[in-house]
Amino acid sequence: MRRNNTFLNLDWIVIVLYLFMVLAGWLNIYSAVYNEEHNNIFDLSQRYGKQLMWIGFALMLALFVIVVDSKFYVTFSYLFYALFILLLIIVLFFGKEVNGSKSWFVIGNFAFQPAEFAKYGTALAISKLLSTYNFSLKIRQNQLIAALIILLPVALIILQNDTGSALVYLIFIIPLFREGMSGLILFFGVYFTILFIGSLVMSPVAFIVVLLLLSLLVAFYFLKRWLPIGKVVLLLLAISMPFAIYQILAGDGSFDLYFVLIRSSFLTALLLLFRTIVKRIQHMPLITAVFLVSIVFSVSVDFAFNRFLEPHQQDRINHLLGIESDPLGAGYNVNQSKIAIGSGGFLGKGFLKGTQTKYDFVPEQSTDFIFCTVGEEWGFVGSLLVVAAFVWLLIRLVQLAERQRSKYSRVFGYSVAAILFFHFAINIGMTIGVAPVIGIPLPFFSYGGSSLWFFTILLFTFLRLDASRLEQLH
Amino acid sequence: MDSYSKRKNMILLIFIVVGIVFVIKLFTLQVISSAYKKTATKNVLREVVDYPSRGLIYDRNGQLMVYNQAAYDLMATPREISVFDTLELCRLLDVPIENFRIEIQKAQKYSRFKPSIVVKQISPERYALMQEKMYKYPGFFFQTRTLRSYTYSNAAHVLGYVGEVNQSLIDNEPYYKSGDYVGITGIEKAYESELRGVKGFRFFLVDVHNRVKGSYENGQLDTMSIKGNDLVTTLDVELQGYAELLMQNKAGSIVAIEPASGEILALVSAPGYLPDDLVGRKRIENYPKMAADSLLPLYNRALRAQYPPGSTFKMVHALIALQEGVITPYTSFTCNHGYHVGSFSQKCHHNQAFQLTGSIAQSCNAYYSYTFRRILENPALSGVRQGYERWREYVVSLGFSSQVSFDLDEELKGFIPNSDYYEEHVFRKSRWRALPLISLAIGQGEVETTPIQMANYAAILANRGWYYKPHVVKSISNGNVHPEIREIHRSKIDPVHFEEIMDGMEYVLDPNYPGTASSARIPGIVVCGKTGTAENPHGADHSTFIAFAPRENPKIAIAVYVENGRWGNLYAAPIATLIIEKYLNGEIQPSRKYVEDNMLKTNLLYPELPNYIRYSK
Repeated sequence: MRRNNTFLNLDWIVIVLYLFMVLAGWLNIYSAVYNEEHNNIFDLSQRYGKQLMWIGFALMLALFVIVVDSKFYVTFSYLFYALFILLLIIVLFFGKEVNGSKSWFVIGNFAFQPAEFAKYGTALAISKLLSTYNFSLKIRQNQLIAALIILLPVALIILQNDTGSALVYLIFIIPLFREGMSGLILFFGVYFTILFIGSLVMSPVAFIVVLLLLSLLVAFYFLKRWLPIGKVVLLLLAISMPFAIYQILAGDGSFDLYFVLIRSSFLTALLLLFRTIVKRIQHMPLITAVFLVSIVFSVSVDFAFNRFLEPHQQDRINHLLGIESDPLGAGYNVNQSKIAIGSGGFLGKGFLKGTQTKYDFVPEQSTDFIFCTVGEEWGFVGSLLVVAAFVWLLIRLVQLAERQRSKYSRVFGYSVAAILFFHFAINIGMTIGVAPVIGIPLPFFSYGGSSLWFFTILLFTFLRLDASRLEQLH
Repeated sequence: MDSYSKRKNMILLIFIVVGIVFVIKLFTLQVISSAYKKTATKNVLREVVDYPSRGLIYDRNGQLMVYNQAAYDLMATPREISVFDTLELCRLLDVPIENFRIEIQKAQKYSRFKPSIVVKQISPERYALMQEKMYKYPGFFFQTRTLRSYTYSNAAHVLGYVGEVNQSLIDNEPYYKSGDYVGITGIEKAYESELRGVKGFRFFLVDVHNRVKGSYENGQLDTMSIKGNDLVTTLDVELQGYAELLMQNKAGSIVAIEPASGEILALVSAPGYLPDDLVGRKRIENYPKMAADSLLPLYNRALRAQYPPGSTFKMVHALIALQEGVITPYTSFTCNHGYHVGSFSQKCHHNQAFQLTGSIAQSCNAYYSYTFRRILENPALSGVRQGYERWREYVVSLGFSSQVSFDLDEELKGFIPNSDYYEEHVFRKSRWRALPLISLAIGQGEVETTPIQMANYAAILANRGWYYKPHVVKSISNGNVHPEIREIHRSKIDPVHFEEIMDGMEYVLDPNYPGTASSARIPGIVVCGKTGTAENPHGADHSTFIAFAPRENPKIAIAVYVENGRWGNLYAAPIATLIIEKYLNGEIQPSRKYVEDNMLKTNLLYPELPNYIRYSK
């Protein structure tokens, strides 16, 4: 194939979405740091001036990535991975500490975070591993190797004290799942994450009630009959009676609903477990067992959290989960961010008219909280457009991945989609208060050369692979 | 295609579900909920209050009595405060360091971003000194306020004082915000809505550091403050000052009224205080001391002290008896060292017969016992109870038993018992008889009146039967005058009955007669007066005197109370005539200088501490 065909084969939908996001991102950075006194968009002392320069570099990088032969990536996958692991180790010794995490290389004016690029290396390495001939994730040894490839950079990044960036690597579950990893791992991974967060965030009573309702609904899904469900509820009420009476008689006038609920539902589930096992009713032992385990898990999470963690560790987790209610304390960022987005209304306040972002009420407004500017100045319409663009990009990337002949390209495509998805979900989620505050950038939008280049290289490497999807890559 | 290709749908589902969750959450945040829009506006909007200056207060002759002086509140924005020398700042401000620390903590608790007041009312002198040192204290700045200042150290009770609004007022009246000033007593309170003016507001956009970034909506919503209205009082500040001087080292009160208009010329409650004593930071120090003082300097006796009126009340009976026709001016009653019925005696010190004028001039108790009995046992009526009720109607029409002033809200009503009271406490279903009520004849017993009511009564006598409600504010700079002060109140006594009463009151000061207060006579001025002694169960009786002058076309009516002054002619009468002379002639004639000297020297409070000055620093 001739070289210029590469450009014809590129997926221009993705490129247009990319250009749209980068441009929209720049406009919002401009607005976030806008100041009447500095209005030259090329002013390199301002963030919008610098970002313009980063964008220029990024486009050149994109071109470079496309010009390189796709076999290059396949061949040197492990080498890239090794190189970035090396950088992660070096940064532990020679890195600069920013906001408490030692994760930046600073050379002159230029700062760069190897953790970002290590994701690229990991994506390449996982693609290479999974596309090895006759590789199956059913084999335990292979599972271990895959886990090792992912967990090695995670460990190094946690050592840098940058838990947020390390969490991104969990998302490699998605390409692994696509390639045959047991769905139960995905299910239980998600389930216990939700359980963990839920037991810390929700009130204990609400948590148990939600768990009960959920289990009953699942049971109904399998049984398709209400009668046994009703019986279980009656049993639960009957068992809770003595506890309730004990509470009223022995208590000091206050009624502890949690005390009654936790004991009676635990006993009910235990009885049910024995009965369903003896009677050999399908699915029911598993559901009750999961319920029991969930309760025990949540209680022990609560217990461990309050008993074994130091106050500052508790603070950090609370902070991560956005539990702190003090609006001037740890929850300040999210609160101000929600105010900014909420005040945008349907059509927004207009370009450069946002008061929350313009007057610095939202911290990190050009980096992690750039979405606030979108929400405040462009309103619901603008936010919808950005969310839609991201979802479209993700769907498009899955479609591209699925059309690959080479397994390598497919796994890489899913890795790119998964990484973008994690950043998108966590970043926008935290600005509107539905995800924990983890300081990771919004791809293509957030200010910063390091992250823009990383996402550009990641995306365009996949576009390059996609452009040569008809070639034999290995 | 590989065996797991269906899993792409699961992955797409996750992506799409997250997208939909975001859109729903964004929709509720941005379109449904309005709370965030309000908070965003509150975040950036700073309201700067432009405090209006309070209206000025003048006396009846245009003398400025009350004006405003700048004072400065030290404000602090906790977020902007950096390390500073607290000790030095406190020394500069002259405030205790512990208090200052507490205020800073309070400010931090209130808001890290918004400024709070940490030190109130710093004087202009100290403010000037502080100005050049302020660079050392980032986060602190001054806010200009105004404090009341007084050109004369008089009339503190009438003017009242200004203080910070309390929580209940903030809750009830939305105009007031925490830290605002409001009139608490006197004119400042009664005319608060005229004096306060209208606050102005300027709105600024500020950033997260509370730095002003520009005006909001180009200042379209900004309003200018409007200065309060000025008041012209009815007080004659010179007369007021002279009256206060005469009352120094005495407890009691003086109320002087212009009968033709109801305007209060002077109103004194002694002991009092200097108006400056209750301004700003001084009040914090002085108020508790004054409140604890056994002589009650904060208590406005002229409006609130309710004494039995004593002999000054006798003309009331005379007027009612004449009006009811139970006596004529020529009816004569014999005093035999008093009024005796069976075992009952109302003592007196005469041994002769009196007609009306003589009974007033010499204050004969027996005469009024007979007269009052005739009123009660009026044959035209059904009995003593009806006689009493008729009598009470007349008394009430003379301004007793209700708030008589128009704008002195602190005034108490006094007490003229209604018939039910006697029914319950005295007669208890038995037949009404005149004797149990007879002490009313000489103004003792259950009746209680306030000094201002007695001054108004003097004005009614001067006017021959009518009065305007006594008031202290003559006009307001915006032209508002309440119509009520132009309303004539007529008593139920026919004007023809007043001439003989006036004759008697004129003889009170006539040495030839001799009247009970003949030593207080003013050569050249015909004064009509009446002495009295208000019984005091707690100690020496109070000396009282009411008067008006000149007899024809009277210019001043007055009531004077000197607590523990025993007899009317001892202190109250000389003080009243000195005030009358001062007001009518502008000075005291040389032949009466010794009277003035005597009064000024008299010390009924602390005879052992002649130059004792209270509170003033």
